[in-house]
Amino acid sequence: MKDAPVIEAMHLHKAFGATVALEDLSLTLRPNEILGLLGVNGAGKTTALNILLGLTTPTRGTLRVFGQELMPNRVDILKRCNFASAYVSLPGNLTVGQNLWTFAQIYGVKNHKAKITELLELLEIPHLRSRVTGQLSAGEATRVQLCKAFLNDPELLLLDEPTASLDPDISDKVRKFVRSRQQAQRTAIIYTSHNMRDIEEVCDRLLFIHKGRVVAEGTPTAVMTLFQQESLEDVFIQIARSEAGDVFGAAKTAK
Amino acid sequence: MNFRIVFALVCRYLFLYTRNWVRLAEVIFWPTMELVTWGFLTRYLEGRMGVAEAGPFTWMLGGVIFWDVMFRSQQGVAISFLEDVWTRNLLNIFVAPVRPIEYLASAFGVGLVRIAITVLILWALSWIFFSFNLLDIGPSLVPFFGSLLLFGWAIGIFATALIMRFGQAAESLAWAVPFLIQPLTAVYYPVSIMPGWLQWIALALPSTHVFEGMRGVMAGAGFSWSHFAWAALLNAVCLLLAGLFYHWTLSTVRARGLLAKVATN
Ligand SMILES: Nc1ncnc2c1ncn2[C@@H]1O[C@H](COP(=O)(O)OP(=O)(O)O)[C@@H](O)[C@H]1O
Ligand SMILES: [Mg+2]
Repeated sequence: MKDAPVIEAMHLHKAFGATVALEDLSLTLRPNEILGLLGVNGAGKTTALNILLGLTTPTRGTLRVFGQELMPNRVDILKRCNFASAYVSLPGNLTVGQNLWTFAQIYGVKNHKAKITELLELLEIPHLRSRVTGQLSAGEATRVQLCKAFLNDPELLLLDEPTASLDPDISDKVRKFVRSRQQAQRTAIIYTSHNMRDIEEVCDRLLFIHKGRVVAEGTPTAVMTLFQQESLEDVFIQIARSEAGDVFGAAKTAK
Repeated sequence: MNFRIVFALVCRYLFLYTRNWVRLAEVIFWPTMELVTWGFLTRYLEGRMGVAEAGPFTWMLGGVIFWDVMFRSQQGVAISFLEDVWTRNLLNIFVAPVRPIEYLASAFGVGLVRIAITVLILWALSWIFFSFNLLDIGPSLVPFFGSLLLFGWAIGIFATALIMRFGQAAESLAWAVPFLIQPLTAVYYPVSIMPGWLQWIALALPSTHVFEGMRGVMAGAGFSWSHFAWAALLNAVCLLLAGLFYHWTLSTVRARGLLAKVATN
C-alpha cells in the first residue's frame, strides 16, 4: 500500500471578483515526491500555492493536508511544512545567524545550532553566518532561504521559483541540494519554475496548469511523449500558444 | 499561546536595534523635541501667571509623557507589522506556525521596550530641565500607564488591520490615527473646555479618563476610581472591537488574496 497522501486537493476553484484564477484544480501529493507546477504567467500557480499555504481561501473545493482540513488546523499543519520563494526575503537588517535562529525558535527546532551549521555547510555557505542578510548576493540569499526552508525537516515543502535569478552554477547546486535533502528525509515538495531544466532534473511528476485547469499530468517523459515533443520547453510553448480547447482535448487523451 | 515564539519574535527587534542605532534615535528624538516645546511653554505661562497660580501648568509636561506612552504603544504594534512588510518577510511569518495572538503579543512586547526607553528619557529630561518629577504622581502611575498601553494596543491592532487590508497606501493612515484622537482626548487641556457634544465623544475614549485622572492627582484631588473604572471598561470594549476587526480583516484579506500581495509588492 502507498503512503497516505500529504496533500489531497479536490476541485479547487478561486475567483477574485470576475477574474477566475483557478477553474478546477485537483492534485494529490505523496511523501517522497517532488511535483513540478508549470504554466505560463497568470496560469494560476501562485494562487494554487497560496491556497495550499492557507494564505488565500478557495471559493470552492476541499483541501486536506496530512489528512486534516487545512484552515481549522493551520498551526499544527504549518509546523510540519516550510516555504521558500524568490519573491520573499528574510529581514535584511539582521545577520544570517540571527534570522536562522529566529526561525529555528519559531519552528521549535531541537539542537538548532547543530542543525543550522549542518545546513549551511551542505549549502556551502558556512562563512555567511555573521554576515548581514541584506548585503548578500542573490545566490547567497536564496541559499540562506533554503536553509530556513529545511530547518524544521519539513514533511511538506513549497518552493516558488527557487532558482529564479540564479546563475547556472548556483542553480545546479540548489537543485542537487534540494534533491539530496529530499531523498534523505522523504520530503514531499511542490516546485514551481519557469526553468525546464529544473523541472526535468528535480521533479518526479509534473502538472501543467493553463487558465486555471490542469491540462497535463505525468512524469516529464510521459508528458513529452503525450504532446509528441522533444523537450518540455516545446510542450510549454505548445500549451501556451494553443487554444484552450485543444489543450483540454489532449488532457483527456492522457487519462 | 507559545511563549518561545513570542520571545523569538521580540528578540528579532532587539537584534535590529542593536545592529542599527539610528532606529533607536526615533524613539528618543521626537519625544524629546515635544517635551522641550511644552517645557518652554510651561515656563512662559508660569512667568506670566506668577508662580503661585502656575503650579498646575506642570500637568502639561505630564500630558507630554502620558501621550507618548499611548502613541509609542500604538506605534510599536503598527511598526512591528510594517517592519515585516518592508523587509518582505511577512510571508515567512504567515506560513510559519505563528498564531495571530502570538504575533500581536510580540508586537506588544516590542512596544513595551520602546516605551520603557522613551519614558525613562522623558522622565530624566523633564526632571532635570523643568523640575517636573513624574514619580511625584505616585503609585497611580501604574494604572494610568497600564490603561494607556492597552488603548495604544487597541489602536495599533486597528491600524495594522488597515495596512493589511489596504496595503502600504494605508501606512500614512496608520500614523494619522493617533493624531485624530489627540485633540479629542484632552491631553493638554481639561474636557470641561470642550463644547458639550464633543465632551461625550471625548469621554468615550479610555485615554480621556486617564488624562483627566492624571490632572486630578496632580491637583491633589487623589486617585479617581470612577475614571479608572471607565478607562478599564472602555479599554475592554476597544480591545474586543480591535480584535474582532483584525480577525475579520484577516479573513477578508485571505478571500481577496491580498496577504501575498501586501507581502511581496
Ligand atoms: N489577489 C488577486 N486579486 C485579483 N486577481 C488576482 C489575484 N491574484 C491573482 N490574480 C489573477 O489570477 C490569475 C492567476 O494568477 P497567478 O496565480 O499569480 O498566476 P501565476 O503564478 O501562474 O503566474 C491572474 O489572472 C491574476 O491576475
Ligand atoms: Mg506566480
